[in-house]
Amino acid sequence: MSEGDKTGPPVLQGSSRRRLLALMVKEYAQIRRDPSTFLIAFAMPMLLLFLFGYAISLDPRATRIALVVQDESAAAARLSQAYVHSPYFHVKIMRTVQPARRMMQQGAIRGFVVIPPEFGKGVASGRPAPIQIVTDGTQPNQANFIAAYADGVRQSWMAQEMETRGVRGGAPGIDVSQRVWFNPGLQSRFFLVPGSIAIVMTMIGTLLTALVVAREWERGTMEALLATPVRMSEFIASKVVPYFLLGLASMAVCTIIAVVAFDLPFRGSIFALLLIGSAFLLPALGLGLFISATTRNQFVASQVALLASFLPTFLLSGFIFEIASMPWPIQALSYAVPARYLIPALQTVFMAGDVWPIILPNVAILLGFGAGFFLLCFRATKRSLD
Amino acid sequence: MTRLRAMIIKEMWALLRDPKSRIVLIVPPLIQLLVFTFATTLDVKNVAIGVLDRSNGVHARELVQRIAASPQFRGIVVLPSHQAMEEAIDEQRVIAALVIESDFDQKIARGEGASVGLVLDGRRSNAAQILAGYVSRIAGEYGAQLSPAVAMRTGEAQVTHWYNPSLDFMWFTLPSLVAIIVSVAGIAITSQSVARERELGTFDQLMVSPLRVHEILIGMMVPPMLVGIFNGTLFLLVATLAFGVPFTGSFALFILSIFLFQLALIGLGLLVSSASMTQQQAFLGSFIVTIPLILLSGYAAPIDNMPDWLQILTYADPIRYFLVIVQGLFLKGMPAAIVFQHLWPLAVIAAISLSAAAWLFRARME
Repeated sequence: MSEGDKTGPPVLQGSSRRRLLALMVKEYAQIRRDPSTFLIAFAMPMLLLFLFGYAISLDPRATRIALVVQDESAAAARLSQAYVHSPYFHVKIMRTVQPARRMMQQGAIRGFVVIPPEFGKGVASGRPAPIQIVTDGTQPNQANFIAAYADGVRQSWMAQEMETRGVRGGAPGIDVSQRVWFNPGLQSRFFLVPGSIAIVMTMIGTLLTALVVAREWERGTMEALLATPVRMSEFIASKVVPYFLLGLASMAVCTIIAVVAFDLPFRGSIFALLLIGSAFLLPALGLGLFISATTRNQFVASQVALLASFLPTFLLSGFIFEIASMPWPIQALSYAVPARYLIPALQTVFMAGDVWPIILPNVAILLGFGAGFFLLCFRATKRSLD
Repeated sequence: MTRLRAMIIKEMWALLRDPKSRIVLIVPPLIQLLVFTFATTLDVKNVAIGVLDRSNGVHARELVQRIAASPQFRGIVVLPSHQAMEEAIDEQRVIAALVIESDFDQKIARGEGASVGLVLDGRRSNAAQILAGYVSRIAGEYGAQLSPAVAMRTGEAQVTHWYNPSLDFMWFTLPSLVAIIVSVAGIAITSQSVARERELGTFDQLMVSPLRVHEILIGMMVPPMLVGIFNGTLFLLVATLAFGVPFTGSFALFILSIFLFQLALIGLGLLVSSASMTQQQAFLGSFIVTIPLILLSGYAAPIDNMPDWLQILTYADPIRYFLVIVQGLFLKGMPAAIVFQHLWPLAVIAAISLSAAAWLFRARME
C-alpha cells in the first residue's frame, strides 16, 4: 500500500491523514505480533504489582530475635512473655549469650535482648537494672526498628507492671500520640503500589519504545521508512500514539488491580489520574525515541534505557528512598528525573484526593520535559537523513 | 582443549569487540555503584516538620527547640492554625506536624504526664514512621529529664549495634551492591550469548563445527564469569578504599563465593538465552528473572516481613545466600564454617540451573 503513496503527490491533506493512519496500523500490527510487547506491557506489570503488593513490605512482622534470660525471677518471666506475645518478634529463648552471638553471625537472628541477673529484684526495689538490646548492624533499618520496638515492649510491660502494683506517677513524662493521615494502617503497600505503576509506565514509555525503534534502525527498516514521503512529524506521531495508548491502558489496568486486589484507596478523580498519566508519558516516550535514534543498536539502547529511565525511577524519584536524605549532588540529579514529579502526584491521587496545588505544578513540569525531549528527538532523527 | 580455548577466545571477542558494548560493560556498573551508594538510604534526614503550638509555654518551646536542633530535621514550619496544618501536609510542605495542646505546660508543671500529638503524612508512611521514632525519642528524653525519679523507677534499655556501631547506611549498601550489581551484569551478559548466535544465524555454524555441546556451553560461561569476578573485586576495592567500609573476612572465601554465585547466575542466564529466539527477548527475559531475584533476596526489604509462603520461595534465590555471605565477610568476620553453610545451597542451585540450561540447549538444537 505504501507503493501508491510513493508515487502520489506528497503534500495533499487527505493523503497525509491516510499515511498517518497507515503508519499507525503498521505500528499496531507490530505491537500485536511482538512477544516483547507482551512481556513489557503485560507480564512485567503483573509481576511488579505482585512483588510490590505482596513481597516487598517495609512493615515489620515477626522479626527473628533471641531472648537471653539470665534471671529466674517471676518479673523476668513475665517480661519474656511480653516479648513472646509481641506480633513484631519471633522469639527464641535461651539462658546464655554464647548461642545468640553465634546465631547473629550466621544471620539466623537479627538481634537479641538480654534480661540481666537480679532484674526481678531491681523491679521490686524500684531500681531495675537496664536490659540490653543488641542488634545486627549490617541491616541498619532493621536494627533501628528492633531497638525501638524491643524497648517499646519493655516500656509498655513496665507501665502495666507498675499499674498492677498501684505505683503512682508511673506515667512517662511526655508521650507522643501519633495520627497518620491517608494511610492509618501504615501499610507500605499504599505507597509501593503507586510507585510500581510509575515503574510500569516508565518501562512502556521508555524501555519498550527505545527497544522497538532501535530494532528498526538496526535492521535498516527505518531508513526505508524515512525514504518514503512520510513527514517527520507524522513519523514521530505514528511511533508515539500507539505506545501512548498502550501506556494509558496499562495504567488503567494496574489501577484497577491496585484497588480491587490490593485494597488501595482511590480518593482522587479519574480525570486527575489521566491527566497525570498523560503528562508523564510524553517525556517517557520522548526519551525512549531519543535513545533509540542516538544509539541505533538494541543492546546498547536497552542498557541506556535501563540506566536513564528504570533505575532513576526506582532510586531517585522518592518512591522508596527519601530525596531529602540524599547528598546534594544526588538531590540535584533527581530534579532531572521525570518520575520525581509523577510519584507525589500519583500517591496523592490514590491516597489523598485531587490536591491541585500538588498535581498542577508537577503536570506542568512534566509537559515541559516532554517538549524538551521531543525537540531532541526531532534533531536526532533529522541528522540521520543527511 | 584447543577447541575449548578457541571457543572462549571467540566469546570474549563477541563481548568486547564493539566499542559501544565495551563501554556498556564497565560504565553502567560504576554509575550504578555510585548512584545506589548515595541514593539508597532509608535514613530520614533534612526533612521539614510543622509545629502547631497552642500552649506557647516554656516547656513546649523547649521541646520544639530540641527537635529543631536535631540533625534529622531541616527546619520548623510554624503553623498558626489547624487549617494551615492541613494545607501544609496535603501539599507536602511538611511530612509531619507536631500538635501541642494549650494545657501542655500546666500538666508538666503539675507533674502529670503530658502528651503531644504528631500528625504524619501516610503517603510516605515509611519515612513518617522513622521520623515519629525520632520525635518520640526526643520527647522521651526531655520527659525523663523533667522527672528523673520516675525515669529511674521505670528503668531503661541499653542499645548496642554490632558490626556497624553507628549504623552507617553505606556499610549496608556497598557490600549488598556487590551482590546486586554482579548478578544484574552476570545474568544480562550470559543471556545474550546463545540468543545472539541464533539471531545472527551463526548458531548453525556453531552446531556443524567440531565443538561439543559442553565445550560451547563452557565457552559461553567463561566471559561472564571473568567479568563478574573482575567487577566483584573492583567493588570490594572501591568499598574499602574509597568508602572505608571494613572488610573483616577472607579474600579467598570472597572469590570462592563469587565463583559459585556466578555459576548459579550463569545457569539462569543460559536458561533464558536458550529459551529466547532474539537478543531482545533474551534481554527482557533476563530482566524478568533478575527483578524478582533482587526483590526477594532480602536486599530491598527484610525476608522476615514477607508472607510465609513467599519466604519459602526465597530459598531458591541465589542472591539471598550471597547477600548473607558478602555482608558477613565485610562486617561480621564470618568464619569459613558459616560461609560454607550458605555456600552449599548456592552449589545446589548452580548444579540445577546449569543442568537445566544444558538440557534446554540440547532440546532446542534441532
